[in-house]
Amino acid sequence: MNIPLKGEAEKILQTPSRAKEYAVKPTDFHGLFPKMMLEEGERVKAGTPLFYDKYNEDVVFTAPVSGTYTRLVRGAKRRILEVRIEPDEADDHIDFGAADPASISREEIIDKLLKSGLWPAIRQRPYSIIASREDKPRDIFISAFNSAPLAPDLDFVINGSEGDFQKGLDVLSHLTDGEVHLGIDAESTTSEAFTRAKGVRVHRFKGPHPAGNVGIQIHHIRPVNKGDIVWYLDVQHVVTIGRLFETGIYDSRKVVALTGSEVENPRYYRVHAGVRLDNIAGNNVLQEEGVTPRFISGDALTGEKISANGFIGFYDSQATVIPEGDKPELIGWLIPNMQRFSVSRTWPSFLMPWKKYRLDTNIRSGERPFVITGLYEKYLPMDILPMQLLKAIMINDIDMMENLGIYEVAPEDFALCEFVCPSKIEIQSVIRDGLDNIQKEFA
Amino acid sequence: MKALHNLIEKKVKPHFEQDGKLSKFYRTFEAFETFLFVQGNVTTRGSHIRDAMEMKRTMFHVLIALIPALLFGMWNVGYQHYQAIGMDVDFIDQFLFGLYRVLPIIIVTYASGLLVEFLFATIRNHEVNEGFLVTGMLLPLIVPVTIPLWMVALATVFAVIIGKEVFGGTGMNILNPALLARAFLFFAYPAQFSGDEIWIYAQVHAPEQLVDGFSGATSLAVLAAGNLESMPSVMEMFLGTIPGSIGETSTLAILLGAFVLVATGVGSLRIMLSVVAGGLFMGLLFNLFAVNEFMEVPAYYHLIMGGFAFGTVYMATDPVSASQTGTGKYIYGFLIGVITLLIRVVNPAFPEGMMLAILFMNVFAPLIDHYVVRANVKRRLKRVKPAEA
Repeated sequence: MNIPLKGEAEKILQTPSRAKEYAVKPTDFHGLFPKMMLEEGERVKAGTPLFYDKYNEDVVFTAPVSGTYTRLVRGAKRRILEVRIEPDEADDHIDFGAADPASISREEIIDKLLKSGLWPAIRQRPYSIIASREDKPRDIFISAFNSAPLAPDLDFVINGSEGDFQKGLDVLSHLTDGEVHLGIDAESTTSEAFTRAKGVRVHRFKGPHPAGNVGIQIHHIRPVNKGDIVWYLDVQHVVTIGRLFETGIYDSRKVVALTGSEVENPRYYRVHAGVRLDNIAGNNVLQEEGVTPRFISGDALTGEKISANGFIGFYDSQATVIPEGDKPELIGWLIPNMQRFSVSRTWPSFLMPWKKYRLDTNIRSGERPFVITGLYEKYLPMDILPMQLLKAIMINDIDMMENLGIYEVAPEDFALCEFVCPSKIEIQSVIRDGLDNIQKEFA
Repeated sequence: MKALHNLIEKKVKPHFEQDGKLSKFYRTFEAFETFLFVQGNVTTRGSHIRDAMEMKRTMFHVLIALIPALLFGMWNVGYQHYQAIGMDVDFIDQFLFGLYRVLPIIIVTYASGLLVEFLFATIRNHEVNEGFLVTGMLLPLIVPVTIPLWMVALATVFAVIIGKEVFGGTGMNILNPALLARAFLFFAYPAQFSGDEIWIYAQVHAPEQLVDGFSGATSLAVLAAGNLESMPSVMEMFLGTIPGSIGETSTLAILLGAFVLVATGVGSLRIMLSVVAGGLFMGLLFNLFAVNEFMEVPAYYHLIMGGFAFGTVYMATDPVSASQTGTGKYIYGFLIGVITLLIRVVNPAFPEGMMLAILFMNVFAPLIDHYVVRANVKRRLKRVKPAEA
């Protein structure tokens, strides 16, 4: 189902001037335990390592821009939230050396990705975490269209980076003995960078969200069974990897769509990774009396809540601004409000399929146990029984979770189930808990 | 609206909060407050936006779907009464008579049920669940109008505690609470719950006024006794101008409710259709091998007699006690239809089979689901083999 939100980005690409700050957020990477490698105040180039993963010391995270590492922001229990960098004019890069992936070994490719800080772009299923260099993935999957609410049009995003994308695919094909699979939208994908990509197998998908989720595509191309490991990447990271091998530098530029009902002129911006949101949204957010905007890095279903001066996440190519729903509403559960969207035909929204909505963040009810059945199944296009899997997770029944397909899923695949859930159960968190428990069980 | 909300927040709520005098009743307060206002609570984790649908609206639409059966039932109570005593009164009087008899049953059900619900919510410190809104309306519709009010209260309390709260509340129960209440009454007080003299108000409360030779037997009882000639007509049974439990007699009113449930997507059409299919299948089977008059009754008669229609539309579709898997729902519904007819036709001790069939299948729903889930697991395991080959 495509949730009809207001505020789709117009296909205009702008390049704003340098932002005041950039940040790398260790919280973007699930399960990461960061160890800092620099002191506050040290100068960094684009590509300078900032921190590494304590449990996986090869995996380093590097600066997206040149400048000064100014501040470490910590949260509860001294958890590292943000590593902030103030950019400078120098724009200098660490040279990792250009290379032809065909002429160097798999190990050398991996080393280059690790050193440049691009390795975290490669994630794995099961668990939806950063891949491990010890593994040899069965296949690699890339989804070339994004079906999430107001998601950027990757055909537009790839425009001008076609060569780098193909180069990136060439690199990836050396990392697996299996195949590199590229999922495209049967109707809307037109860019030849996708439809005529070389050295990969192209799969066509049809249908609404979550068809663009790589997890759904993997399930239908070649599902993940127990013991299998597959890797997956975003299109823009494939481009960045391509550029690394072409030029030898970590060029973190990517296209980010600024979307949502509270954005005055939703459009696309070319920015460096980890950009501070006000750089693109600063003067572009509607001001309305009594309305607090919520800023989200990512889409409205799976994104992360950030402040107006927060930073765009490593994996996100979208920022969404929607109104907070912090106002009570008299008998709001009963009154047939035209501004409310629901998949249920008890609300009038089904009569107006053309309408776009300005949805807010109100939960609308307290949490209840599962009552309604047969609903989640409609929004999870997999041969998986969602409610039974969720219940297995809740009681931490490892065998049952395995049998019901925990290895194939990620929280994002259940985002729509969470959206429609009339019991307001936090389904994405449940799935993440399940994945964590399984991971612990076999650690 | 803002003024009202401020008043509640500032003047009323503090009394119920932690240090307030009435802090013990916080959950009760909260139930009423959330009923009045959708709170300004916002998402903190997971999806930032949420569907406008939630439990209150779900349950409310079941109530809407019950309105036709309820209104018809009220009128029919009056109609049956005045017919039995041979008085000719107009439509309004018939309806008012029914309203006056049925309303106390509804009030007692809600009062006793909600009391238990609030009590448990307070003890367990969770939000009050909306499930009883529906149970509280279903129960009055499946009892005879002659039921003593204390019995209504007793059955309600029994059903809510034993049927629901001991399992953890709405969503955790195995049996449909309203049906459990009725089954409790049926077995605990058989005198008030079976036979031919309980369905019409006048039979119990004014037997001396009854018209000579009057029989208030339900069509199922008539059939079981083999008096085919005194059966009501098909049209009477379809419209519901026959004796029976308050809300169950009119197939037409129930069809209206079914339309509401299916159109809004609140009720499962899948279950409704498979119950009907099961009933028709068994009915035709009986017709084929008929050895007595009951078995010869046309199969579709069963759909409009007794509680079949009501059970199909409102009881079997209860999502909590029904099968939860898609395939399971077909099996569950079909077997309800089959078992209902088996009980009706083969077991002369129970003229009505719907209640027992649904309760029986409630118990078996988890087993059905178990096998459906197993089939899914097997299918998923099979994928590994072709992948390896």
